[in-house]
Amino acid sequence: MAAEFVARGADLELVGIRKEFPGFVAIEDLDLKIPAGEFFALLGPSGCGKTTTLRLVAGLDSPTKGKILIGNKDVTADKPHERPVNTVFQNYALFPHMSVVENVAFGLKQRKVSDPMPKAVDALKLVELEHLAQRRPQQLSGGQQQRVALARALVNRPSLLLLDEPLGALDLKLRRQMQVELKAIQMEVGLTFLHVTHDQEEAMDMADTVAVMNKGRIEQMGAPEALYERPKTIFVSKFLGQSNLFVGDVAESNADSVSINVAGNKITVPTKRAEKTTGKIVIGVRPEKATFHEDQAPEASSGLNVIGPGKIIDIRFTGVSNQYLIEVPQIGNITVFAQNVGKSPVTELGAKVWVSWKVEHSFGLSDLPVDNGEGK
Amino acid sequence: MATLALKPQKLATAQPKKSRIVLLLLLPGLIYLGLFFITPFAALITTSLQQPVLGGGIGQYQPGLEFGNYAFVVGEYLEQIIRSFIYATVATLLALAFSYPIAYFIGVKARNYPILQGLMLTLVIAPFFISFLLRTFAWKEIFGQDSWVSNLLRDTGLMADNEFLLGTPLVVIFGLTYNFIPFMTLPLYTNLERLDTALLEAGSDLYAKPASTFWKVTFPLSIPGITSGTLLTFIPIAGDYVTASRSFLGSPNTAMLGNVIESNFLRIQDYPSAAALSVMLMAAIVVLVSIYIRRTGTEDLL
Repeated sequence: MAAEFVARGADLELVGIRKEFPGFVAIEDLDLKIPAGEFFALLGPSGCGKTTTLRLVAGLDSPTKGKILIGNKDVTADKPHERPVNTVFQNYALFPHMSVVENVAFGLKQRKVSDPMPKAVDALKLVELEHLAQRRPQQLSGGQQQRVALARALVNRPSLLLLDEPLGALDLKLRRQMQVELKAIQMEVGLTFLHVTHDQEEAMDMADTVAVMNKGRIEQMGAPEALYERPKTIFVSKFLGQSNLFVGDVAESNADSVSINVAGNKITVPTKRAEKTTGKIVIGVRPEKATFHEDQAPEASSGLNVIGPGKIIDIRFTGVSNQYLIEVPQIGNITVFAQNVGKSPVTELGAKVWVSWKVEHSFGLSDLPVDNGEGK
Repeated sequence: MATLALKPQKLATAQPKKSRIVLLLLLPGLIYLGLFFITPFAALITTSLQQPVLGGGIGQYQPGLEFGNYAFVVGEYLEQIIRSFIYATVATLLALAFSYPIAYFIGVKARNYPILQGLMLTLVIAPFFISFLLRTFAWKEIFGQDSWVSNLLRDTGLMADNEFLLGTPLVVIFGLTYNFIPFMTLPLYTNLERLDTALLEAGSDLYAKPASTFWKVTFPLSIPGITSGTLLTFIPIAGDYVTASRSFLGSPNTAMLGNVIESNFLRIQDYPSAAALSVMLMAAIVVLVSIYIRRTGTEDLL
């Protein structure tokens, strides 16, 4: 392969990016650094500014303010065709008047790389589609088109590959398969991937680092496990998985733990897992970390949070687990997941139960719920 | 259940009746075609083969099989035949060159501004609100001997005192382009309006400069629009007899096939020659159009 064909991933850095459209601000103030070779996911609900961010990096839109650096080179003023970036578009945007292999060779031909056709065929082999090279894109299925779009971008060995919800149009099975393939390809070619998605499972499954975006800003960024185990805001705790949240005034606080009082129940969080230790704070726990007890309350200790008694108002069987919704007077509803290992107690609707979880599984958030239905 | 069982039987007996209804519905169209296309076409062909009545006066012909009429008109009017196709080609290309940017602007750039889009489309169609003859007369005034355009050209020394604008190929081709340009703009607009701009973004994302994105993506995708636009302009221009006539923008030096047919029919009263020319014009256009459609491969694109 020619020397210019082999490139490795490059760092991407966004400095103080702001993007305004007529009538609204899509991105308020965004700073982001993605190290070379990383699989980075921008996760957020629709309208949070994640696709705008991607378009700014690709050069399809230009920021109102701020700088974009790829491999330490300022590309803010560069046109899309001058940037070492390729995009897998949401609807693939394959050229309908060209065959599959011509689509893949397009970028190589534009850069006047030698032997574009053999290289395009190689790229099609990578996505296992070389047997369809002469077809037109419209003759392919959605999953095949998606792989052509991926090959068309990868063949250029860009420093940075942008993926704009490329799996959104696929059915669940194909999607899982493509997620695995995509991750394998990324490991194999070692490029920097910036993946935009609203699917939290996809982001956690594939990415090294996930940034959760909301209303034009990044709420929290980190490894998927860290984000899940220690969300720092109400939005992150609810968007990435589910959470039970409790609001209360701090009653006790010392070097090890912080406790709040919620309608007579004491809920404790380790100090090192709390964002805030004074005033009114929110403490949460994941539904699968909580368990419930029938007949009598478990003994409260310094290592256990106990709430109750409450009443089971809904049971949902989802296969791998049972989801119980427990109504506790003055506190609200608590969700508990119990894994379906065949030995869970036979529990009926209306049963009187107590909920408990280990203190070390609590997390303290930095913000408070606002009265717009968000939070509890 | 009973009605269900009866249904197939009913359908079977209804079959001949149904085809009779189809025939009945087709009848007005068939009568129309027969009266206004096949009959005149047959008359045209028989006229083109007529021979003069021996010892008869001007305009007197009798039925015959005089195929020599075709050879005669080709020899006699070769200059006008060639000129017609040159003018039509040049005017069509000019119409395409002017229309493409306009259609692109209305169909792609103005896509998010429906009011601007509607306004510009109205402006493209607006000339149709006034008769084609009146508009051509207006241009005759503008290019006339004492018009401000002519005077300006003489004052600036671009044209000699004894030269005229009217009757020159330049003005005739201008008139043809002007008269038929909406037939180019509208099909192009319809095509470009559907252009997926994500493909243009994909082009630039794949290192194509704006110019190469145009030639590699936009242009090939607009070929169906270009084909229908060129056909809709080329065919009527090749047969046009108004713009190039002496009463409007032309002169004997700019006479096209349409003018020759007109004078043969109405002035010289040489009906067989006029008919032979008409048949040849039709045949030539049919041949050219079929080759053209084959070459552009339009059926393959959409």
